[in-house]
Amino acid sequence: MKKYWKSTEELLEIKNQDQVRKVSEPEFSIDGLTKEEVKSGVKANRRDFLKMLGFSVGYAAVASSCEVPVRKAIPYLQKPEEVIPGVANHYASTFYDGHDYAGVVVKVREGRPIKIEGNELSSITPGGTSARVQASVLSLYDGGRQQHPLKNGNKTDWATIDKDVIAGLEKVAAANEKIVILSASVISPSTKKLFEDFKAKYPTTEIVYYDAISYSAMREANKLTFGKDNIASYHFDKADIIVSFNADFLGNWLSPIEFAAQYAKTRDLTNGRKKLSKHYQFESYLSVTGSNADKRIPIKPSDEKVILLNLYNYIAAKSAMATVKVKKSPVKIKNLAEELLRNPSKSIIVSGTNDVYIQAVVNAINFLLANLGTTMEYERELLTKQGNDRDFENLVKEMNSGKVGALLMYNVNPAYDYYNGSKFVTGMKKVGLSVAMSQKNDETASLAGYVCPDNHFLESWDDAEPYTGFYSLTQPTIRPLFDTRQAQASLMKWAGIEGDYHSFIQKFWEENLYGKQTEFLSFNDFWNHSLQRGVFEPGPEEKECPVYDFTFFDRAGSKLGEVEKSNGIEAVLYESIAVGAGNFANNPWLQELPDPISKVVWDNYVAVNPKYAEELGVEQNDVVKVNGKLELPVFIQPGQPNGTISIALGYGRNKAGKVADGTGKNAYVLSQLKNNSRQYLINGVTIEKTGQTYEVVSTQTHHSMEGRRIIKETTLSEYKKDPKAGNEDHHELLEELTTMYPKHEMPGARWGLSVDFNKCIGCNACIVACQAENNIAVIGKEEVKNRRIMHWIRLDRYFSTDGEGLNKDVEAENPEVLHQPVMCQHGDNAPCENVCPVAATPHSKEGLNTMAYNRCIGTRYCMNNCPYRVRRFNWYRYVNNDEFDYNFNDDISKMVLNPDVVVRERGVVEKCSFCVQRIQEKKLVAKNEGRELRDGEVQPACVQACPTKALTFGDLNKEGSKVSGHFEDERSYGLLEELHTLPSVVYMTKVRNTKETGNNNTERVWDEFAP
Amino acid sequence: MYNKEVRGILIQGNKSYGDITREVLASQETKAPLWWYAAMFVGSVMFLAGIWAIGMTIYKGIGLWGNNNSVAWGWAIINFVWWIGIGHAGTAFSIFLLVLRQKWRTSINRAAEAMTVFAVLAAGLFPMIHMGRIWDAFFIFPYPNTRGLWVNYNSPLFWDVVAISTYLFTSAAFWYLGMIPDLATVRDRSKSKIKKQIYHLMSFGWVGSAKSWLRFEVTAVIVGGLAAPLVIAVHSIVSMDFATSVFSGWHTTIFPPYFVVGAIFSGFAMVLTLMIIIRKEFKLQDFVTDSHLEAIGKILIFVSLIMGSSYATEIFIAWFSGSEGEMYTFFHNRITGDYAVQFWTMVTCNAIIPQLFWFKKVRTNLTWLFIISIIINIGMWFERFNIVITSLSKDFLPANWVEYHATTTEVLIYLGTLGLFIVGVLLFMRFIPMMAMNELKMVNKETSRD
Repeated sequence: MKKYWKSTEELLEIKNQDQVRKVSEPEFSIDGLTKEEVKSGVKANRRDFLKMLGFSVGYAAVASSCEVPVRKAIPYLQKPEEVIPGVANHYASTFYDGHDYAGVVVKVREGRPIKIEGNELSSITPGGTSARVQASVLSLYDGGRQQHPLKNGNKTDWATIDKDVIAGLEKVAAANEKIVILSASVISPSTKKLFEDFKAKYPTTEIVYYDAISYSAMREANKLTFGKDNIASYHFDKADIIVSFNADFLGNWLSPIEFAAQYAKTRDLTNGRKKLSKHYQFESYLSVTGSNADKRIPIKPSDEKVILLNLYNYIAAKSAMATVKVKKSPVKIKNLAEELLRNPSKSIIVSGTNDVYIQAVVNAINFLLANLGTTMEYERELLTKQGNDRDFENLVKEMNSGKVGALLMYNVNPAYDYYNGSKFVTGMKKVGLSVAMSQKNDETASLAGYVCPDNHFLESWDDAEPYTGFYSLTQPTIRPLFDTRQAQASLMKWAGIEGDYHSFIQKFWEENLYGKQTEFLSFNDFWNHSLQRGVFEPGPEEKECPVYDFTFFDRAGSKLGEVEKSNGIEAVLYESIAVGAGNFANNPWLQELPDPISKVVWDNYVAVNPKYAEELGVEQNDVVKVNGKLELPVFIQPGQPNGTISIALGYGRNKAGKVADGTGKNAYVLSQLKNNSRQYLINGVTIEKTGQTYEVVSTQTHHSMEGRRIIKETTLSEYKKDPKAGNEDHHELLEELTTMYPKHEMPGARWGLSVDFNKCIGCNACIVACQAENNIAVIGKEEVKNRRIMHWIRLDRYFSTDGEGLNKDVEAENPEVLHQPVMCQHGDNAPCENVCPVAATPHSKEGLNTMAYNRCIGTRYCMNNCPYRVRRFNWYRYVNNDEFDYNFNDDISKMVLNPDVVVRERGVVEKCSFCVQRIQEKKLVAKNEGRELRDGEVQPACVQACPTKALTFGDLNKEGSKVSGHFEDERSYGLLEELHTLPSVVYMTKVRNTKETGNNNTERVWDEFAP
Repeated sequence: MYNKEVRGILIQGNKSYGDITREVLASQETKAPLWWYAAMFVGSVMFLAGIWAIGMTIYKGIGLWGNNNSVAWGWAIINFVWWIGIGHAGTAFSIFLLVLRQKWRTSINRAAEAMTVFAVLAAGLFPMIHMGRIWDAFFIFPYPNTRGLWVNYNSPLFWDVVAISTYLFTSAAFWYLGMIPDLATVRDRSKSKIKKQIYHLMSFGWVGSAKSWLRFEVTAVIVGGLAAPLVIAVHSIVSMDFATSVFSGWHTTIFPPYFVVGAIFSGFAMVLTLMIIIRKEFKLQDFVTDSHLEAIGKILIFVSLIMGSSYATEIFIAWFSGSEGEMYTFFHNRITGDYAVQFWTMVTCNAIIPQLFWFKKVRTNLTWLFIISIIINIGMWFERFNIVITSLSKDFLPANWVEYHATTTEVLIYLGTLGLFIVGVLLFMRFIPMMAMNELKMVNKETSRD
């Protein structure tokens, strides 16, 4: 290109430039260094810098993104026919742990059982469950279960076990020594048959049944008086008058789920029913049952027999029967006796005391009142309680004298729960061959030569016959998680019976039960049908009603009227609603389940009423030594009779697992054996203060309603006069109800829930059901103490005498108790919704107050503005945190999580959702089937679990739905409705069958008590 | 017109303009006194302890605090409201006294405004760390996003975010704006080159031309005018966190004015505390004269009377409403009951003790003034405690009644914010002209008469 220049300087410049250009210097050399740079000895250049930058940024990015581990979802290579990812399968099964029976349906997701529901086809427990049944699914995933067989405490395999045990048994049999199968009650007819077959193989075999909570005296009394070595059926639903002596039939006694349902029928006031049963409860501690009674009479245990005999005498005198000589009753029984006599065959008298004479007298009263055949009958006999105290005591003696050659233990733990566990242990050491077939290497199993871990019931085949003629099946819902083997399979192996236990059951059913029906023409059909339904109920054979054998009175002689003198302090040992007899102690859900009365979690304690505590000079949390062997803290519990204390059983395990070990103390050491029956009511207990204190933690610390209209109540006579009785203010409020704002439009469904106070007994089943369904965290004692329990549904318990109307004694000994389940009220004008700055809790088109966990930033304003206090905050990370080592911290127990419900992160608020996942699931089913949702089809976990059906859920927009009927019921009101929260939950006024309620209820007063 | 000299010469000592500059800037042009280092050390330790406690809270969770299912708000919110209240003084001083033509404010407003900024900073910390998921705190801002999420304009907490951030920025702007000519003075007087450069940047190259002064004054009036309603708004809105809720003791219409007055009360008390220290330690008694302090004392009597009547009104309305919840909260939970000590501390400190200012001897005695100013801030802390805790701990359903106890973590966080405030104020003393020199010069040798 031609260049022009204007001056010589410019020309020079141009020349220079050309020269520069000629020296070719690549902008980017191969090694990335310019000549100057090479010359100057620079090591790193721009490119290196960029490389370093790129590497470090990339590395930082990779390193920081490692936080989220890659989790692979691997599809089935060959998909099992019945498994659809995301869709649950339900299998009918049976729960029986040696104590309680329930027909259940197991919900299985992707091969994992995650929830247990009541089986509505069972006529015994129609759809109902209890807290323990609900929690049993978590016990399946209990890491504290024995995970492989043990020989002398060392890991071994099943082949070795089988070889050794068979050799051992044969040796014992050859020596003609005794082989004992020590078992908890067995209701499986197949297992019983198996025991027989085992006996055939080893003829020296003897079977001993042992129950930690024994009903042996009851069976003995039945045998002596009615000639029946079993327990009768009780029909509380047919009773107008219910009289219970220390029988906690709504909580633990015999068949509580069934009885609760029956009881609720007699307390029902819906559908125009205007009749209530009258419930008298004489008891020595405040039980769930007592808390529901119309008249509760606190008595000392030693008075029970006196009162019963006086009652008997009064009735016997009227029936011209022989009376028994006994001292005067401490309470007037005339009116009660008259009332009972006026209502023949419409009453029921029960006693929970394990005493032959008491049970015999109870039987006599029932017989004289013609209750046999109506409220109590022997056609259908209860088989769930078979423990025999006399047999077991003999066994312990024989073991100690070396007469037992082999001991096969199934589902028992006497080293923990026998009154004299140490004697059993020394005896066990004298037995040549001891084999434990329990799920855990527990206090007893750990002392046995061989531990053959049993399957969990969700891993097992079994059958059950809780009542004669009522059968049900247990089926496995998952393969055994550990190297365990069902006890029955072990016994079959050792007895040399071919095949597996499944076919053994089938064979038994084919031979014995198939013939009891005519519907199915092939056994296969019959089997499949029964398995699907879970129950087969041909009913009992007709039997003649037994007649009371009054010669028993003569045989018993003076012993019948003999009454132990009250000797110092009397103690009641009772089964805990939460952990039961102790077999559920390692279940974190149950450990954190508040006791229905005291609301205490994670501990047992010595309950003393406030007045008596003053007398004894003890205060809350003082550690006392009971009988010199049991150190427990004192808990001040109104309702505990004067002169008595009560202690829950089932705590103080030390070989049950990480959750149970070290919580509470073992109160079985206080139990006694008297007249060859286990005694849980102990006379003459001593208490010494140790000077130490130990904090007992409860979830509720204020017990008075402060006169507020939170739980409304009225009497039956008032209610009959005016169904609005007790609820007048609600109807006044309705008239004044007004708003400036438009109503929420809910064109489709509008969900509502009703709670019937007349049916809610405060049993806690709903709490555990909710916890299982909604993946609710367990937070431990320390955090409960900080009042941060996570339960989405809680039961508030109020004592309604607050010392203003009634004297202090009554307040201490006999307060009126009210239970109130409180869950999110899903108000259409919910105060929580407005205040969330990020709109994380909006109202749905179906009236649900929803939570978007992803959006929540945890300002907790909603919690503050919730007048019901149902919102829960994740104060810590409760998942994968060693500080919360319960059931969210290991892979096994996390298998119980419901995949439909998200596990909440630290820092977010959570609460009851009305089980929105269940609503959505059923809506989809209905949509796929092209129909409308049926009323009652959607059942939140709490509603499903409720044994009394106190909770009703449904669509308020649907005409004729059960719940909309309840909303219009005159008894219904919204909790704190005066705040205009427009709740979607209504409570139905409690109607008591008393003359007065609350502070005016003088029937609570001891002096004026005249039943 | 009746025309009375309400106050004597505002600046004592017959000072020249040069004297004013020299004396005000003495604090930064001389070596820092020993107590400054000591205070700085204490403040920093407190601040670091707070940082540690905040760190632990973020690392482990809010569970480290004493809150529970019923009392979901605790010390964090008490302290938040308390600091916001203190943060009222600066703007209130500048604006209200400007409007009321109180010229004696000129020697105090700079420090008061600085205090505002630090107090609001301390306050703003609490809603942040109080969140369960602080890492998602940005959710609270209405930023456009593809998920279509938006904030809830109904929530008083969102109003808070808007009100407090606006207040913080406006106060800071107002404070800074008034500082520009003074910063230029510092610049002109500095001998160090770096310092000169820094103050040059900070004073935006202020030259002090007539035009600059004109613009400066116009802008100051505009920003001041904008800030004035914010003073009212910010604490009214904070009060609505409580007033719009359903709880007894919270759900009252008296809260907005009651909170604003309370805030001014605590703010003025804090100004008093601070000015007594500053004038003594930096020998500025000629600027902040006894009559200044007396004037604040007089204001405090008035405000204290309003506080007292507010308390009485609340109690009367609780009784008058006949609502059992209100009755319980006031008569059984505050006046008597578990929180009586806190309630009576509040009444004594806020409504009774300040009445001592009726006595001229008390309000002109520096020791008394200092003690009472601190008592007022203690009382105001208890007022917030009363409001936040008593209503939450005993609510509608007695089954939920729970006591609340603060944990060490919460106490440390509170100390941390005090540390932040102390450090901030100390830095302010050393690096920023503590008094508005340009304004002082305008009122030099003048009385308060307009």
